[in-house]
Amino acid sequence: MPISPNSVLLEARGISKSFGENKVLENVDFTLKKGELVCLLGVSGAGKTTLFNILSGLITPDSGQVLLNGVNITGRPGKISYMLQKDLLLPYRTVVDNVALPLLVRGVPKKQAREKAASYFQKFGLQGTEKKYPNKLSGGMRQRAALLRTYLASDGVALLDEPFSALDTITKSAMHEWYLDIMREIELTTLFITHDMDEAVKLSDRICILSGHPGKIICDIPVTEPRPRAHDFNLSSAFLDYKRQIAENLIL
Amino acid sequence: MTKKLPSIISKLAPVGTLLTVVLIWAAVTGASLVPSFMLPSPRDVAKAFFGDFPILMHHASVTLTEAFLGLLLGVLLAFLLATLMDRFPILYKALYPLLVITQTIPTIAVAPLLVLWMGFGMAPKITLVVLTTFFPVAVSLLDGYRSADPDAIHLLRSMGAGRVKIFRYIKFPSSLGSFFAGLKVSASYAVVGAVIAEWLGGFEGLGVYMTRVQKAYAFDKMFSVVIFITLISLLLMWGVMGIKMLVMPWERKEKEKKK
Ligand SMILES: Nc1ncnc2c1ncn2[C@@H]1O[C@H](COP(=O)(O)OP(=O)(O)O)[C@@H](O)[C@H]1O
Ligand SMILES: [Mg+2]
Repeated sequence: MPISPNSVLLEARGISKSFGENKVLENVDFTLKKGELVCLLGVSGAGKTTLFNILSGLITPDSGQVLLNGVNITGRPGKISYMLQKDLLLPYRTVVDNVALPLLVRGVPKKQAREKAASYFQKFGLQGTEKKYPNKLSGGMRQRAALLRTYLASDGVALLDEPFSALDTITKSAMHEWYLDIMREIELTTLFITHDMDEAVKLSDRICILSGHPGKIICDIPVTEPRPRAHDFNLSSAFLDYKRQIAENLIL
Repeated sequence: MTKKLPSIISKLAPVGTLLTVVLIWAAVTGASLVPSFMLPSPRDVAKAFFGDFPILMHHASVTLTEAFLGLLLGVLLAFLLATLMDRFPILYKALYPLLVITQTIPTIAVAPLLVLWMGFGMAPKITLVVLTTFFPVAVSLLDGYRSADPDAIHLLRSMGAGRVKIFRYIKFPSSLGSFFAGLKVSASYAVVGAVIAEWLGGFEGLGVYMTRVQKAYAFDKMFSVVIFITLISLLLMWGVMGIKMLVMPWERKEKEKKK
């Protein structure tokens, strides 16, 4: 079934989750459309990572469903992968073997998995690093390799948990530009967590704020600034308005 | 350049110490401070070694066979047990204390019993080597499995990996460094274990040679065989390090980078 643009790719319906007495999420509804870049903002402990774990099937919610292209994938890992701030490249595998890992896990033969992984290296700015070990790569490169691995792990949707927060500001900025380009090129749909309001406004199509105890999505702010966004978008008054709107909701 | 000098010195230091010891030894024997039958000179020891060279080689091949087979079986057993113990926590709880207890039994006390049970052939020697080499490998493997990054395991699970794939891609490779550290210790135990077992009964092997020359009060041969055994153990340990470098090339590259 071909997916038309703007059709819902990933959907969470009425997700609730408690850890013992600690109610973390209650009745969370959420949708991600194909090609969107949505940011999930929330204070520490709001349950963002828990929601990611549920979306990726690592944790089964107490109630609610996760649908990918309309198919129920609740509690079934392997469909959607996510990436952490820690790139988690395995030190004992070459870069290409790290990137090919999700394919190997799925049972793709080694040679084919390597070939497929290697075919994206150019696009991800990783050419020439195939046979190197991750400790030879710079922080930005490691993060790109981890992104490529995430991309290969999931059919067109990436969940990123504070992916760029360990990078210095300049590298981070470069990664943003690069990510927006690559995302369009490979038709990747992205949900990402960040603490950084500037990053959220700069990148997102929508910003969802997860807040409260138990956590709920309390608002969904569309960022309508057209793309490609100007380099000085972050100095404009529109940018500040978005930030003000987020701040007001976060403080709640 | 400034960094190279200390590294050369640090590499030469043990060689220097060794030379000094040999020189003092030669001086002491040369000055006849100790009766030569009790402390033969380095030259006498060398003579004894080359004089008995073919015999020593024959005995060494026997001892090395025992040591290798014992080490191999010990490592296999350790791998099996450690992996099962890691997979089933109840086994870990049940067996770990027992493992430690087996290590407090002195090798020398078990050896005669093994000889009584298994006779004078290779079997008791190999068994003793298994018993001494198994533990360091098992413990280091267990530690290695546990050192695997839980986040990496999480990541593999998110890709849909089950236990077997998590073991293959995360736990096992994460344990390699620790495994080789244990194997190095075990390799050094292996030859000594075989020799001790040979002391207590048998017809061939460096341990048998040792008891024979001891009964003949041939101190020079005694010294030569002790030094020989030490060298063999050292070579085995270096062998293990060599294999480690081959199996873990990423470690090698890391070291190069640091220099
Ligand atoms: N596996 C778990 N077991 C028990 N409590 C958990 C677990 N994972 C998360 N929590 C709790 O859930 C809450 C939300 O955590 P998390 O989702 O990591 O928040 P965030 O990512 O927004 O900082 C915290 O109070 C945390 O202690
Ligand atoms: Mg978190």
